[in-house]
Amino acid sequence: MDIFHNILIYFVIIPVVMLAGLGLSRNIKQIRAVAVAGSSVLIALSIWLLVDYLGLRAAGNTDPMLYTGSWAWFKPLNICLAVGVDGISIAMLILSSIIIFAGSFASWKIEMPKEFFLWLILLSTGVFGFFISVDLFTMFMFYEVALIPMYLLIGVWGSGNKNYSAMKLTLMLMGGSAFLMLGLIGIYYHSAPAGEPLTWNILEISKHTIDPGWQRFLFPMTFVGFGVLGAMFPFHTWSPDGHASAPTAVSMLHAGVLMKLGGYGCFRVAIYLMPEAANELAWIFLILTGVSVVYGAFSACVQTDLKYINAYSSVSHCGLVLFAILMLNTTAMTGAIMQMLSHGLMTALFFALIGMIYGRTHTRDIRMMGGLMKIMPFLAVCYVVAGMASLGLPGLSGFVAEMTIFVGSFEHADMFHRAFTVAACCSIVITAVYILRVVGKLLLGPVQDKHHLELTDATWWERLSAITLIVSVAAIGCFPNFFSDLIKFTFSHEIFKVIPGIAGL
Amino acid sequence: MDYSQFLAMKQEIGLLIAFLLVFFYDTFATPKGSRYVPAFACMVFGLFTICGFCPCIIDMGDAQAFAGMYTTTPVITAIKNILNVGTLIVMIQALSWAGSEQQVARRGEIYQMLMLTLFGMYLMISARHFLVFIIGLETASLPLAALVAFDKYRNESHEAAGKYILTACFSSAVLMFGLSLVYGIAGSLYYAEIAPAVAFEGTSVSLIVAIAFVIAGIGFKLSLVPFHLWTADVYQGAPTSVTSYLSVISKGSAAMAFLIVLTQVFGALYASAWEWMLYALIILTITVGNLFAIRQKNLKRFLAFSSISQAGYIMLGVIANNAMGTAALMYYILVYIFSNLAAFGVIAAIENHADGKVNMDDYNGLYKTNPRLALTMMLAMFSLAGIPPFAGFFSKFFIFTSAINQDSIAIYILVLIALINTIISLYYYLLVVKAMFINDSDNPINTFRSSCSERLGLWITVAGILALGVVSYFYDTLLTL
Repeated sequence: MDIFHNILIYFVIIPVVMLAGLGLSRNIKQIRAVAVAGSSVLIALSIWLLVDYLGLRAAGNTDPMLYTGSWAWFKPLNICLAVGVDGISIAMLILSSIIIFAGSFASWKIEMPKEFFLWLILLSTGVFGFFISVDLFTMFMFYEVALIPMYLLIGVWGSGNKNYSAMKLTLMLMGGSAFLMLGLIGIYYHSAPAGEPLTWNILEISKHTIDPGWQRFLFPMTFVGFGVLGAMFPFHTWSPDGHASAPTAVSMLHAGVLMKLGGYGCFRVAIYLMPEAANELAWIFLILTGVSVVYGAFSACVQTDLKYINAYSSVSHCGLVLFAILMLNTTAMTGAIMQMLSHGLMTALFFALIGMIYGRTHTRDIRMMGGLMKIMPFLAVCYVVAGMASLGLPGLSGFVAEMTIFVGSFEHADMFHRAFTVAACCSIVITAVYILRVVGKLLLGPVQDKHHLELTDATWWERLSAITLIVSVAAIGCFPNFFSDLIKFTFSHEIFKVIPGIAGL
Repeated sequence: MDYSQFLAMKQEIGLLIAFLLVFFYDTFATPKGSRYVPAFACMVFGLFTICGFCPCIIDMGDAQAFAGMYTTTPVITAIKNILNVGTLIVMIQALSWAGSEQQVARRGEIYQMLMLTLFGMYLMISARHFLVFIIGLETASLPLAALVAFDKYRNESHEAAGKYILTACFSSAVLMFGLSLVYGIAGSLYYAEIAPAVAFEGTSVSLIVAIAFVIAGIGFKLSLVPFHLWTADVYQGAPTSVTSYLSVISKGSAAMAFLIVLTQVFGALYASAWEWMLYALIILTITVGNLFAIRQKNLKRFLAFSSISQAGYIMLGVIANNAMGTAALMYYILVYIFSNLAAFGVIAAIENHADGKVNMDDYNGLYKTNPRLALTMMLAMFSLAGIPPFAGFFSKFFIFTSAINQDSIAIYILVLIALINTIISLYYYLLVVKAMFINDSDNPINTFRSSCSERLGLWITVAGILALGVVSYFYDTLLTL
């Protein structure tokens, strides 16, 4: 079969095989083996894909997407299983596979492991399918496949006010996808000049300019639809509750990967297909995302629950992703993708560590804990590293991403953009406030509870999970050029010529 | 008389033969042999269903009988086949109910009645003359009322039957009043002769009133809001197998008949008259159905309101007013049959094995005691809510896509309202999932092994939910008819 010659298909096939393997496994050892083996294969596959991709680009291949393939599915509607990747999607694939790998280790001792991993892997099937798809229909389908397992993952394995959070999260995200579905169907009906067959394929649609009148209607639909998952103000309220109630691996995967689906979708569908409307309407969403960035950071400052702090910090950082995408120039957009990578890894690290600490102290309230640096030095040091990455210490991923974003944002000379950029820059300072507050209180302050003195440091699987993520964070921080070159190529694509910020470059 | 025209009625004749076989077997069987009547009926009907897919019926093409009063087309053949499959599943699921102690004397009648009402539905769909249509409607309604009353020892069953027969009569009266106005305008009851008269008449008051009455009359059958008030009580009171039949087969055939009447008879007035009526009906139906479903504690009532809102989605295929809409509507009915029957199958199994428990609270912790039933119910709920990769997602997506196939902003708003309603519906479907998977219970339903027929019925529906969407064959076939 022709379809199996395409490497990208294996990003969906491997998780499906893992699902089958999990279904057959009988005890926890087999379940762990399947999860670890499968996610290792996924990492290997994504790295191999990266190397091969760079080789093809070095050989002078300038197609917007490589490894493209298209297989008819619902012929009368021209729905295909169409795949293809560029540098951005490859970066996302690597990110997802690393986080799933780390997440499997972070949920080493979970209750009801079989069901848990089944849902988790189903979720990741959706994630991988989404990133490799270039067909709007399959993309949307995988998007929803990735959302629904969250309900049970949070509802069954979560903690705290889990029923409320799970329902709120699911309904809000699905509400976003309702707008999205309408937007996508609208795009389909305007995807080709009159008389030619309509198509769902992004690459085909991008060759044709969608009627600007319709763009003005469809762009907000799709941008809001994906923006809900990207935690855009005022649709971010699912995020703090959802993250706080979710079990460790789910928080990791959700903040690390799933929220990136939102940013990626905004870029790949809303802006890529409707650049004219994006140019025209960006200011509305720039205001909303600007609010996200600052408001999220301020909210994080006053929280006392570790997970809430990190969840609001995610709102702020993911807001920055959308903010940068809306700047509509090469530098800022490159920074946006870097920020997606950086935030994904760093926040996954945060949630993993919070889960590990919570597993020991049974509280996430920072007022109840202190002096963990002495009690569990490994976890504490990792926490500091994550914190430093978050507040933008050079050498770690946060710095390069935020630097690129703000440099790109300042390329706009007008008052409006400048003002918002300055406001967003303030969030860096606020980030420092809430990170250092936690580090000071939680890790370095006096021990609050004598029982905590008896706690042990990380086990080997926890160390493995954390080290994987730290190495990745440092890799981005140390070799930013490698990643920005990988990403930047996409923006040289013709479609962006209509946007003044990119046309000049 | 040209007897070859009976060849157009192969499906009706086949159904009658199946009915007569069961009838004579039931009448003349020894007391010992009559134990196998339900199984025999399922076998005969299964055979008939399979025959429906053989080339001599599928490739029959367009044919007419009785001077154009009856017609069949590939689309009509396909929808009859879909209804057959659904009825077969209902019959299989009804086996353990029909075999129970209380139904001993009447176990054959259940199946005969089911086939008779199906015959009426065939006529409704195939009719091209309102006389045949009315005959079909009544043939479909009366045996159903008897079926609703079948649980002789339960008062609710009687109450439900009373309500059903009264609304059925009332809706027929409304419909026939509308038809008498149509006859006054057109001077004929043939669809083909009314259509040009309607186009000629334009939007006169009498014609608008006539259309409104016809829509209201069929709206009762489809339980569109505001004609839905009988639905919840009847669904709750009727035996579960009958409820499942009412909710899928009866509704599916009425939807198809509705589509045919509106497009073939009143097609000329689509934009000027009934498009806007349907807009209002769809918005009301989906929203009211959803909002009332949220409050329900009894799962049968719950599914009654859910099926009201599903009827609203089915109507989106009528709004589309094109071939794509018809295909999407049929596909939606097909998927809806499988999803809803899976849900009712689980409810019936639990009702039979756990002393008639049908409340949502009874389902708390079901996953711990009966994981397979809980998973099946979850699949059904996800499919009804339109979650991929299950079939419901595809049917919803296609019906929305077909509805939008016109460049008017009004249709976008309509679809947006429908889409927002899917989120409301997701909420209450998730409540069931939550009860089964998340809630704990002090008094859970005991672990039990459901009977063979129940399991067979559930396996078929689960296979349908998983395959109907992902395998593109089904939708493609319906669209290319």
